[in-house]
Amino acid sequence: MPDIQGVVNEFIDKLKKRKVEGSLETAQLTAELLRSVISAQKLPPTNQAAALIEAVRDVGEKLIAANPVELSVGNIVRRVLHIIREEDVSLLTSDTGNLTLLPGGDEKETVGQGDQCDPFAAAIGAESLRPQLLHMLLGNMPNSAAACHTYSFGENAEEKSKSDIFGRSRKLKHDVIEAINVLIEDIDTSHELIGEQAVEHIHQSEVILTLGQSRTVLEFLRAAKDNKRSFRVFVAEGAPRYQGHALAQELVGRGLKTTVITDSAVFAMISRTNMVIVGVHAVMANGGVIAPVGMNMVALAAQKHAVPFVVVAGIHKLCPLYPDNPEVSSNNLRSPSELLEFGEFSACMDFGCLGGAPLVHVMNPVFDYVPPELVSLIITDIGGHKPSYVYRLINDYYSSEDFVLNPKDASLKV
Amino acid sequence: MDARRVPRTVSDPKVRQVGFFTPGAPPDRSHSGPPHPASSSPPVADISPSGNSLSPVMIPPPRHLSAELPRGSHLPHAPLSPMRARDSIPVGSYNPSEFASPTASEFTEDALSPNWPVRRSNSGKFASSLPAGGFDMSSVKQNNFPASSLTTVSIVKMPPGITEKDGGAGVEVQKERNKVGSKPLKEKTTKAQRRALQEAQRAAKAAAKADGSETPAASSGVITSANANQLKASKASLQRKDSSPVAAPEKRSSDRAPDKDRKKDVPHPRMQFDDETRVEKAKKRSVVKQTEAKNRVELFRHLPQYEHGTRLADLESKLFQLDPVHPAVYKVGLRYLAGDISGGNARCIAMLQAFQESIKDYSTPPERALIRDLTTKINSYVSFMIECRPLSISMGNAIRFLKTRIAKLPLSLSESEAKAILLSDIDRFINEKIILADKVIVKHAVTKITDGDVLLTYGSSSAVELLLLHAHELGKKFRVVVVDSRPKLEGKLLLRRLVGKGISCTYTHINAVSYIMHEVTRVFLGASSVLSNGTVYSRVGTASVAMVAHQFRIPVLVCCEAYKFYERVQLDSICSNELGDPDAIAKIPGRNEINCLDDWPNSENLQLLNLIYDATPSDYVSMIITDYGMIPPTSVPVIVREYRREHLWT
Repeated sequence: MPDIQGVVNEFIDKLKKRKVEGSLETAQLTAELLRSVISAQKLPPTNQAAALIEAVRDVGEKLIAANPVELSVGNIVRRVLHIIREEDVSLLTSDTGNLTLLPGGDEKETVGQGDQCDPFAAAIGAESLRPQLLHMLLGNMPNSAAACHTYSFGENAEEKSKSDIFGRSRKLKHDVIEAINVLIEDIDTSHELIGEQAVEHIHQSEVILTLGQSRTVLEFLRAAKDNKRSFRVFVAEGAPRYQGHALAQELVGRGLKTTVITDSAVFAMISRTNMVIVGVHAVMANGGVIAPVGMNMVALAAQKHAVPFVVVAGIHKLCPLYPDNPEVSSNNLRSPSELLEFGEFSACMDFGCLGGAPLVHVMNPVFDYVPPELVSLIITDIGGHKPSYVYRLINDYYSSEDFVLNPKDASLKV
Repeated sequence: MDARRVPRTVSDPKVRQVGFFTPGAPPDRSHSGPPHPASSSPPVADISPSGNSLSPVMIPPPRHLSAELPRGSHLPHAPLSPMRARDSIPVGSYNPSEFASPTASEFTEDALSPNWPVRRSNSGKFASSLPAGGFDMSSVKQNNFPASSLTTVSIVKMPPGITEKDGGAGVEVQKERNKVGSKPLKEKTTKAQRRALQEAQRAAKAAAKADGSETPAASSGVITSANANQLKASKASLQRKDSSPVAAPEKRSSDRAPDKDRKKDVPHPRMQFDDETRVEKAKKRSVVKQTEAKNRVELFRHLPQYEHGTRLADLESKLFQLDPVHPAVYKVGLRYLAGDISGGNARCIAMLQAFQESIKDYSTPPERALIRDLTTKINSYVSFMIECRPLSISMGNAIRFLKTRIAKLPLSLSESEAKAILLSDIDRFINEKIILADKVIVKHAVTKITDGDVLLTYGSSSAVELLLLHAHELGKKFRVVVVDSRPKLEGKLLLRRLVGKGISCTYTHINAVSYIMHEVTRVFLGASSVLSNGTVYSRVGTASVAMVAHQFRIPVLVCCEAYKFYERVQLDSICSNELGDPDAIAKIPGRNEINCLDDWPNSENLQLLNLIYDATPSDYVSMIITDYGMIPPTSVPVIVREYRREHLWT
């Protein structure tokens, strides 16, 4: 499909050039792209799930390679793969369920069609999936309870009973696309779900400190404000991007008392703060978070003063990978021009002088890694969790087979 | 004089010593025992368990009035012992009139005794500091019933108070005192009342201090004039006594040492700018027109925060009207205001040099003593500088040094001699305490740099810069990481200078400090001051850098000259700090696209906070490198004490 290929390439291009930034936006775009990939995919009559998985994985690998630091791309790809597997399994179980529970009806159907192999194959397939299925069921218990994207078995079973082979190929695709739609909706509404919990965490006349800009934090604070809580917010400006200024402006626009401080004053001010609430870039499987640069300093200061360090993150930021040297492996270095004006020291930064080594290096990293022991609480759209519980959440949302998309790719470690 | 009071008048140590011999006398603290002669051999006091647990040996010699007066009014006075209860004075309340006044003769003797200054500087702990016998004799004579109250601790303590208070008081005072009966009543005010009174007096005192109008009278170091002015002095002291009593009780419990030196050391409360009445008063006096900044941060109401930008122009326009301020001082003040001079050492040197200029041009007005008049002048200069920018601690210490030097000028000197001495003193201070100290620090610190090191520094510290340059000159191979932060971006200037010398540098901002810390082997930081609990008071952000380094188990070495050490203690960065221009936060140079906060003064809910300093807890500091060597932060109070003594003596 050339048009799909074109769309994929365009998105890859954007990722490479860092035109798409912010985990929310990236996650949405990735999910939409994968949806169109799936809908455009022609499925063979048998083993459709495997074909879909193959197709998604191909695209996913390219997307991840385009910007390995944007972890939410990988998260969404894995989520979609997980959805496909689940839908496939649920279709199979409904079929085998039909076989066992409604032998008469099923037999009639199969006999009528004169194709006895297929139900057998399905049954065998289901059998082979059994261990995995058990694993899935275990993993999905809280998930389905939380009313997410998976369809309940009952519904499927009811529909499945009427499906035929040709219907099923359409059915799988249809179900997967439906599920992806739910996923996109989830991503969109994660702010609201997180915001609903704000009242439980923010008390009257508290002082909250945050750094940089995060839409989730903004919504969280706004929700608390809407619930008649009056509190004060210190916003560290978040050099070198100074997004804290924009956040401060928005907060003031919503009637919150806001004080902008420099990043260097965080340590001084945190002694008068009740809580630190920050948005992050990604939540890793060990409960550590990858956050805008400077956050490690804030977390350390918060720990020193026994101030809770609360992370608000939509579930799409949940990354099933364990961090390995995250300061380096999942980081970006931005242009020095954000720190030193162009031309100011350019002579010293020239690789031509002093035998190839420039006199001045400028470090302008984008992300910081905050280890789990500094994080007090992670608030997601499905509630608050200790960092130590994150690995469990990951089992709900991802299949372990997908943790490593490409076994040959050593850069992403599990 | 009635017997009860007498004991207190016993001011000389000798009497106390005598008391040693008659230990039996003491115990009757609870009831006012009739004075018995036996106790005249004093030192019961030692033996008696004093509430304050002070041994007589610890009692400081009475100090000369001149030394005491300048600060006397607000200083804590000798702690009162329970003894006083006898006099129907509520325990703990301070009734100055209760103290027996030394007679005029005593006073003069006291004044004339040449040892005084030395003894004063001595902490009372040293027996050697006891006054000469001759003096004691006189005081003994004064006491009708020397023995009576000696038994109690209170007696022991009283002397300092007496001398302190009454040093200047003449006979009049004594008369006044004889009316004691009425006074105690007056003292029986409620706690609240006393508090209120105390507040008011403090305010008044602060006012007086700021404009220097009252200080001249108080600051007299003039012994010769003491007699001549006795009448005046006594009045002054009377007034002072009236005002001081209230202030004293507060400190009494905490400040057990009777010696005045100690008391003098206790820093008096700083001006709190959330106290409206005091701010009003201060405003009336100020030369610089200061507009209160809008949208002040609630948490920092106690610190001054003015509109920046308006002051400079206003001050410039007054250039030729500012009569009392010497042009050199004026110039320095303007440069402080404009931010041309920053950094503790630079500001301190600039100030001292301006003072030198003003001293060169100084001539004593007729009928005034140089010591007093010059102190007044300096005070007015200082208050002018404070209006330009709050003093740094280094400057405060230098000013204290200068004032001590002025106060100690021998009276016999002519004006030109005195000026020459002062000028050379200032020179010596600059050379020894700042320039030489830096050299010593560099010498010590450079031993901590080895080849292959990656040194991290934050902001721009003159001592650290010297160190890096020196190490480079020695041919050590190392790299420097310069961490910088808004809004001052001083690190950029440091970077430029280091690169100019060919040192290989990495430049980054403070948020990235956790990122860069992986490759760092040592952290060198400068300090604005080191407080006596080991807290390092320095450019805002230093604490964060030290914290991250601590987390990464990297040694944090703080370079700070010992003259910046300060006896105050501080736990956080809120209680005392300095606020910079909030506009500097809103505008980011070179990043015009970030302009969300441009109209911040118009939105009521938005405040910008530009802190200048922060306090680094001592846990994060591995070592402090000073001109006295390399010490752990726990040793700072020792240096403060030793240094201070030397400072007073020299």
